[in-house]
Amino acid sequence: MSTLWLIPALPLAGALINMVFGRLIGHRAHWIAVPALAGSFLASCSVFAAVSGGGSFTSTAFRWIVAGDFEAAVTAHVDPLTGVMLLVVTGVGTLIHLYSVGYMHHDPGYARFFAYLNLFVFSMTMLVLAGNFLLLYVFWEAVGLCSYLLIGFWYTRTSAADAGKKAFIVNRVGDFGFGLGVMWLWTALGTLDYAGVFAGAETLPQATATGIALLLFMGACGKSAQLPLHVWLPDAMEGPTPVSALIHAATMVTAGVYMVARSHVLFERSGVALDVVAWVGTATALFAATVGLMQTDIKRVLAYSTVSQLGYMFAAVGLGAYAAGIFHLVTHAFFKALLFLGAGSVIHGLSGEQDLRKMGGLAPRMVITTITMTIGAAGLAGVPGLAGFFSKDEILHAAFTNHRRLLWALLLVGAFMTAFYTFRLLFLTFFGEPRMSKEVAHHIHESPPSMTLPLLVLAILTVVAGWAVGIPSDQGTRFARFLAPVFPPAEGGHDGVAGIMLVILSVVVVAAGVVLAWYMHMTTPVRPETIGQPRTPLHALLLNAWYVDRLYDRVLVRPFFAVYAFCARFDLRVIDGLVNLTGRLVQMWSFGSRRVQTGYVVNYALTMLAGAVMLVGFLLAR
Amino acid sequence: MIPAPPVNLAALAPTLVLLATAVLVLLLDLFPPRNDKTHLAVVSLAGVIGALLTALTRWGRDQRGFRDMVVLDNYALFIDVVICYAVALVILLSIDYLRREGVQTGEYYALVLFSASGMMLMASANDLVVVFLALELMSLCLYVLAGLFKQRLDAGEASLKYFLLGAFASSFLLYGIALTYGATGSTSFERIVAAASGPDRSVLFLVGLALMLVGFGFKISAAPFHMWAPDVYQGAPTSVTTLIATGSKAAGFAALMRLLLGALRGAQPDWGPLMWGLAVVTMTLGNVVAIAQSNLKRMLAYSSIAHVGYMMVGLVAGGTSGAGAILYYLFAYTFTVAGTFGVLTLCARAGEEAVEVEEYAGLGRRHPLLAGMLTLFLLSLIGIPPLAGFVGKFYLFGAAVQHGYLWLAVIAVLNSAIAAYYYLRVVVFMYMREPEAAGAQWTPSFAGGVALAVAAAGIVILGVMPAPFADLAQSAVATLVR
Repeated sequence: MSTLWLIPALPLAGALINMVFGRLIGHRAHWIAVPALAGSFLASCSVFAAVSGGGSFTSTAFRWIVAGDFEAAVTAHVDPLTGVMLLVVTGVGTLIHLYSVGYMHHDPGYARFFAYLNLFVFSMTMLVLAGNFLLLYVFWEAVGLCSYLLIGFWYTRTSAADAGKKAFIVNRVGDFGFGLGVMWLWTALGTLDYAGVFAGAETLPQATATGIALLLFMGACGKSAQLPLHVWLPDAMEGPTPVSALIHAATMVTAGVYMVARSHVLFERSGVALDVVAWVGTATALFAATVGLMQTDIKRVLAYSTVSQLGYMFAAVGLGAYAAGIFHLVTHAFFKALLFLGAGSVIHGLSGEQDLRKMGGLAPRMVITTITMTIGAAGLAGVPGLAGFFSKDEILHAAFTNHRRLLWALLLVGAFMTAFYTFRLLFLTFFGEPRMSKEVAHHIHESPPSMTLPLLVLAILTVVAGWAVGIPSDQGTRFARFLAPVFPPAEGGHDGVAGIMLVILSVVVVAAGVVLAWYMHMTTPVRPETIGQPRTPLHALLLNAWYVDRLYDRVLVRPFFAVYAFCARFDLRVIDGLVNLTGRLVQMWSFGSRRVQTGYVVNYALTMLAGAVMLVGFLLAR
Repeated sequence: MIPAPPVNLAALAPTLVLLATAVLVLLLDLFPPRNDKTHLAVVSLAGVIGALLTALTRWGRDQRGFRDMVVLDNYALFIDVVICYAVALVILLSIDYLRREGVQTGEYYALVLFSASGMMLMASANDLVVVFLALELMSLCLYVLAGLFKQRLDAGEASLKYFLLGAFASSFLLYGIALTYGATGSTSFERIVAAASGPDRSVLFLVGLALMLVGFGFKISAAPFHMWAPDVYQGAPTSVTTLIATGSKAAGFAALMRLLLGALRGAQPDWGPLMWGLAVVTMTLGNVVAIAQSNLKRMLAYSSIAHVGYMMVGLVAGGTSGAGAILYYLFAYTFTVAGTFGVLTLCARAGEEAVEVEEYAGLGRRHPLLAGMLTLFLLSLIGIPPLAGFVGKFYLFGAAVQHGYLWLAVIAVLNSAIAAYYYLRVVVFMYMREPEAAGAQWTPSFAGGVALAVAAAGIVILGVMPAPFADLAQSAVATLVR
């Protein structure tokens, strides 16, 4: 299918053009980047239509590496799951590209920004399309690279450069496991093609399957910021806000969920691995939600919320409710991208301010942003009728009907906290008394149409997505039925009193969270000096994200630095000495042998003659 | 009555296209304009593209002619394609280079084409006499081309040295051919196969083999027959150096492979160990001495010697994998070297060729795109994935390991590590050294830009999707190795 390869090819072409001719193109870069992505989105639509009947196909671009028994091809595997992911990546991607036109307008690195952004979409679509684990791994790394480049986009800022490095290094830990998993897979099965692997998974010993699945999940933990590798995502907010929306909320960080869902056969073969996924997801969901309660930076609240929501998705796939997990991935892409872009709009309007304590009362000045962001917040909190309500409810329901009551209870507590921190953010930003300085207040303005249009589209998607495909029935949601060719059906229908009671319970929990946020921030005037202050040890614990960063610093980073320092001394004195000695010797040899080259033809001819004599002598002496 | 020998001109089709174009260029040269020969370059380029298309359309249809003295099999066609790319890139680079140097002569393009037709004939030669004939056709043109800049002293020196030593080497080759004829009773490869397959080989045969290897060793610049290379590479016009480093090397290897892996495969126990030793000496010497060079053309001369050493690893390994790896490597190497020399060709300082590494300091800031491309070419020469150079080495050394030559592969890999030093030094100069008052500047050239873009695209494509090309190379050598 020829349009298929347009999906990655167009963004790649856009990236190359903006990279090579960026200087000439300058502030016209979006004329290349945005149409490239829009074209990619249209191609995705046509591919989606082709598989919407439940079919699947593979398409091989070319054989890639052939070495002995090993063979890998650049192959795309397209089924309904791929179609959904492609639509999300290119659709939300197009909106965010459009948004960036306004948001990055004044940036000197405009062309570079769009080049990286297009490169990311290329890598991400290839990751989704990949038909074997090697290709998946390659583009798994490639999206990581783009993420690194974009987090450190403002590389002159130390904090941004450090955040980029942190993201890269933490991801290395996960990717190391992922790489090992892929290698083990090849050793165990002799193939890396999805078809071959999933067909052969049944024959794997359970221990092997568990090992491979857990190693792969290690990669997912890194990429999708799950405990204990979540520490990079909050810092990644140093990147430009559209990047946070596209890469660190809607698409790249969900790659782990996609990968686990894609390889569900392997995880199911193991069983244990699925439990690990469910528990890690739930723990992360709860942990990140508690941290989100106390943050004062608007983007950090959203970052912890993303970590928490990714936890929900992993909990869902860990419970075997793959369609529910992917559904939450999709709705989350809508409302979280919306929230980030809205936050970007706020930051833009407040001349770069990100501190919630210095906001408030923006509603009358930024009407579109306020309305759309309220819809996004309601979507995230799980207010009935919006996308997040349907998708989160699916997950809670799956936990309950699978008789995993503890998981269910924990996720329900998480939902309460989600509602609280989301509405806390909303109230602090848009309502109450303005708390910014006069100077900043003077400049508050609604964002240009290129920024508000994506907000509106995403808001509409947040409203309609749930109604369109998320209404539960006996055969599951429409979304789940659509993915039925890929995933086995989840257990338990949505029938009976229990189902209705569950829904009512979760509505009550959400309402409680919203009301508590309202009570704390709207009934009395907000005192900014009390926000974000560690008044009790519990506050301090949450404010510092449970001291995980400090723990890693003490337990891992510093001891390692001590080891490094020792190794560095050894390396400098002993190893480098040896290396330099070798190099010096080679150089001496080199300059010595240069003398042989005298420049006299006679000498050259004599050397040839000597060579000829040697050759003849060698052959005859044998 | 002597029967007329069967003539099958189809077996020479691509070569004939080039020859006809060369004659046409000579004729057109008689007409004005006198001081601008761009139109001749265009005609030559059209001829090369014609030859390329001819070669591509003949794929899979073997042709034999002149009593099997010439064969146009897939193997020859593959080499023809490589040569066509090399010559096309050289012509593109030459247009503005010759204009800058003020040497606008029509015979330049004719000589390039005549030389290229010799190269193609070497790839098709199935008889020692034809090999010799083709070799001389190619070499004589190159001797003249090397001295094209008559007024320059080092060009004259290069040309004369190349000619004298080339004649010396040719006499070795001819003597070797004569002895082989004496030992086997034939100069045809097909009959030599039978004679060389016996368990015992005569002294006559062995001496003939050794002397032929001397002649070929000279052409491909294998140690210890390499000493002409640095002087000629440095003195010759850079565009001609490009042709010597790419086309003539490919042609030399083409004939050598047909001889050793085809006709003399029975004598592998004799020449195998010899090649093993020559490969090690060649690559090590090339890499080690390259470190001491500050003149980039000289450094690349030694680097090309080293790369010949790598390709000889493929000869030692033999078989479809070894021979296929050499073909792939030649293809990749042609793009890489044409690109590298292309940058040197079109960079000048104050009207003079910029060949010292210091002159490239700060190129990254002056010409970011050009510096980026040169970096790409140098990285491919080192063998960094995902570029063509990496895959080429991977196939070569992989073939060596596969056939049990583990130590040879180890030595080759160590050599690749040494090589990184002198290639990366250029990159360091381009990006990390402050430019001098006047560093190298790009000579504005559209054709040259096209050539560099083609070369860069070639090494990226060959590196990212190697399997289809490697398959072609393997199928091309299938008839040769059997």
